Amino acid sequence: MSDAETPPETEFDPVAPNTGEEFEPVDVFPDSDDFDLRPGADSCYKCSTCDTNCPVAEVDDDFPGPKFQGPEQWRLKQSDDDHEIDDSVMDCSNCMRCDNACPSGVPLSQMHNTARGEYVSEQMDKLSVEYIRNRILANYRTSAFFASKVPRLANFAMNFGPARWVMEKTLGVTSERDFPAFAKQTFRDWWADRGGQVQSRENAKAARKRRGLPEDADKKVAYFHGCYSNYNTPEVGKAMVRVYEEFGYEVVAPEQKCSGTPMFANGMLDDARRHAETNVSSMSELVDEGYHAIASCTSCSMALRQEYPELFDIDGIDKVAENTFEAVEYLRIHEDLKGEVQAADVDGDLAEEFAYHAPCHSRNQGLDRQAVELFRDLDGAEVEDVGDSCSGISGTYGWKEEKYEKSMEIGEEMFEHMEHAEGETGMTECPTCAMQMEHGSGYEIRHPLELLEAALVE
Amino acid sequence: MAIESEVLVIGGGLGGLTSALAAAREGADVRLVSYKQSTLRQASGLVDVLGYTPNGDGPLTDPYEAIPSLPESHPYRKVGVQTVRNALSLFDDAVPTYEGEHTDTNALLPTHGGSIKPTARYPAGASAGLASDTRDTLLVGIEEMVDFDAPHVAAHLDATGVPFDVRGETIRFPGDLRADAKVTRYAKLLDTNSEVAVRGRMVPAREALAQRVNPLLEGEERVGFPAILGDDNPGAIRDALGDHLGVDVFEVPMGPPSLPGLRLEDALFSALDEAGASIETGNPVVDFEGEDRIEKVFIEKNGAKIPNSADQYVLATGGFVGKGVESDRDGVYEPVFDCHVPHAADRYDWFEGELFGDHEFARYGVATDDDLRPLDANEHSEFENLRAAGSVLGGYDFAAEKSGSGVSIATGYAAGQRAAQEAR
Repeated sequence: MSDAETPPETEFDPVAPNTGEEFEPVDVFPDSDDFDLRPGADSCYKCSTCDTNCPVAEVDDDFPGPKFQGPEQWRLKQSDDDHEIDDSVMDCSNCMRCDNACPSGVPLSQMHNTARGEYVSEQMDKLSVEYIRNRILANYRTSAFFASKVPRLANFAMNFGPARWVMEKTLGVTSERDFPAFAKQTFRDWWADRGGQVQSRENAKAARKRRGLPEDADKKVAYFHGCYSNYNTPEVGKAMVRVYEEFGYEVVAPEQKCSGTPMFANGMLDDARRHAETNVSSMSELVDEGYHAIASCTSCSMALRQEYPELFDIDGIDKVAENTFEAVEYLRIHEDLKGEVQAADVDGDLAEEFAYHAPCHSRNQGLDRQAVELFRDLDGAEVEDVGDSCSGISGTYGWKEEKYEKSMEIGEEMFEHMEHAEGETGMTECPTCAMQMEHGSGYEIRHPLELLEAALVE
Repeated sequence: MAIESEVLVIGGGLGGLTSALAAAREGADVRLVSYKQSTLRQASGLVDVLGYTPNGDGPLTDPYEAIPSLPESHPYRKVGVQTVRNALSLFDDAVPTYEGEHTDTNALLPTHGGSIKPTARYPAGASAGLASDTRDTLLVGIEEMVDFDAPHVAAHLDATGVPFDVRGETIRFPGDLRADAKVTRYAKLLDTNSEVAVRGRMVPAREALAQRVNPLLEGEERVGFPAILGDDNPGAIRDALGDHLGVDVFEVPMGPPSLPGLRLEDALFSALDEAGASIETGNPVVDFEGEDRIEKVFIEKNGAKIPNSADQYVLATGGFVGKGVESDRDGVYEPVFDCHVPHAADRYDWFEGELFGDHEFARYGVATDDDLRPLDANEHSEFENLRAAGSVLGGYDFAAEKSGSGVSIATGYAAGQRAAQEAR
């Protein structure tokens, strides 16, 4: 009924409500502890802007796009309890670009993650090769943990041709890609050898003195290094520690597990929750002590900031989300980073021209132009944006045998722009984008923190 | 600390982009923040200045001539005719793929509904479709794209009395595309000229599309398609189709999501990037600090409030659709700075009974002084360092007048330029 119409005669008088009588609210969805995503679905006015941002729909004629996966599927589900999730949800790569596109604030990626979780837990055959393969890929941390114990052997075995042929035929993991090399020493081993938090406190104090800051200044951060900086690229973690200490921050590296990013993308929400519980518990204690959580991987920071509170109800989860930042972003807010970079110069190994790719997961966080803008005025290095396309790998997506071709088709635009860019070294914040960039161009790929370290740390 | 700049523009639509560009070209250190990706891909990509007077007279031949007679509250009257011209020059310089700057006269463009729209600037891809051109025309629709029913559009155009014969034909797009393929899917195929399967044979997409259209031609000299002809290389695609068909090819601007809007967005963002501005999208400005002057604003990211500070601010958050102006049963308001929005006290006076009536709400938005500073209920400026631009402004009905893009560009230009001058 429109509020412009005159209501029919009733007993009900809005000015003098039936006071004294018991009011019984109606429980529309009894016994439901699921997230209610209908208000989000109702905010969709079907402009289809999300669809024009979907890198998969641009190349895959079987994929119906984010508007269908999100609000439309939710509407179908809400009017029909037995409505099954469409299996195309497994073709969504979880790039989350649709979130940044929606002018109406529809929580698209939350809808996709929730639908995918339901599909995997209720409709997918747990004995299928696809399930087993996805579970192994999603739990990269477990494989990396064992591999890092014997890095040389692992590096050989993981790229041993016959073994990879078997993996492709039996598990559906593409043999086109090289597995990333495991570091001889993990970040955490380096960190412990170096003296951990005690040493960091000393270094931070010395830096504060050098900078003329009060020695007891309350500058402390908790580093969420994630799996990749720990097992594969510890130089990124080391750069984070050295840059932060240079600005006078004491760094701690608390107990942590996988951020959950590859698990969300594969609908393994139970696995993701287990890891999230550890991460939230260790980070929320530190937040209470005045620490901020800092991630160097934009997918890790995205998980802690957005996916955790959207998908899980864990004590302290909102507090952790509010206090998590990406490593360069935090320094932009709290330090005169722009000024210091302008005054600095780079020589040696990193005096390069970089072809920079902004990861999709940096977009919702408003960080996709950060590196390009920050290094504009740095002497000795150039950072050139290679465009706003998706790299195409989307974490585990491009590792799947049946997705490999599409992954490369999506990446084609980035490869072309990298080819045309001045530099022959790549740069990005995201470990799997880095894999794809390297795979498509043959370039070595660096992280903005490494350039920042070269510019600012003696 | 805060993320600092000299001029901070809030909003990533046409008003915000023009404002940031004008300020950056004036030499200021500019930062543009937008809640989400620019809404330009919801726009047709046509840039109108003034098609009809507020009384509905028109289509106007010369929009500039009509500006001095507009009501005093109209944003064009605040900035003046010369500023409108200067602003369009900035646009022409930043977006060289647009046409129409050779004349003050409005061009007449066919729309995807089969009506004629008076507009001041249009993408090069639409230029062979001008309704004032007398060449006979074939419109080609794609069976799966229900937004563009070519025979229906042709019949409507014919009924408007266009000076040429026009027919519509519908084809299936070559290749095995899904029924609800996205506009970006068509564009990608044509951009990359990928091979598509046609009767068991692989043919490059541009050639395959031309082959579908060729037998339908009956001597027409130009062929119009819905605007799906590429995202990155639209000119090359039109040329290739034109060569295959031996005709001029044009695009008819479409509703959202619109590729011409997307291309315009890309052109303006790269002009802004070249001008050295900083750009951030993805999260909303939700709050500010300051009394007579705005000291800083806060961007909200998942509960964290990120401070951004500047000397001068431009509010370009859009109107009702863009959520720069909001309403509830109690009134109409501007949600970021709570600037005063003049409106009738009784909400039944906000609208008329007829759907296309002269609704008052269409003109709701902030009122400003001649310097584009928002005014409070007592006609004093709300903040000394805040200006407003684009459809957050009140005093005009852009849908009825066909003045939305022009007002955004003109007021954006004026607000950005003045903010930059004052910041130094």
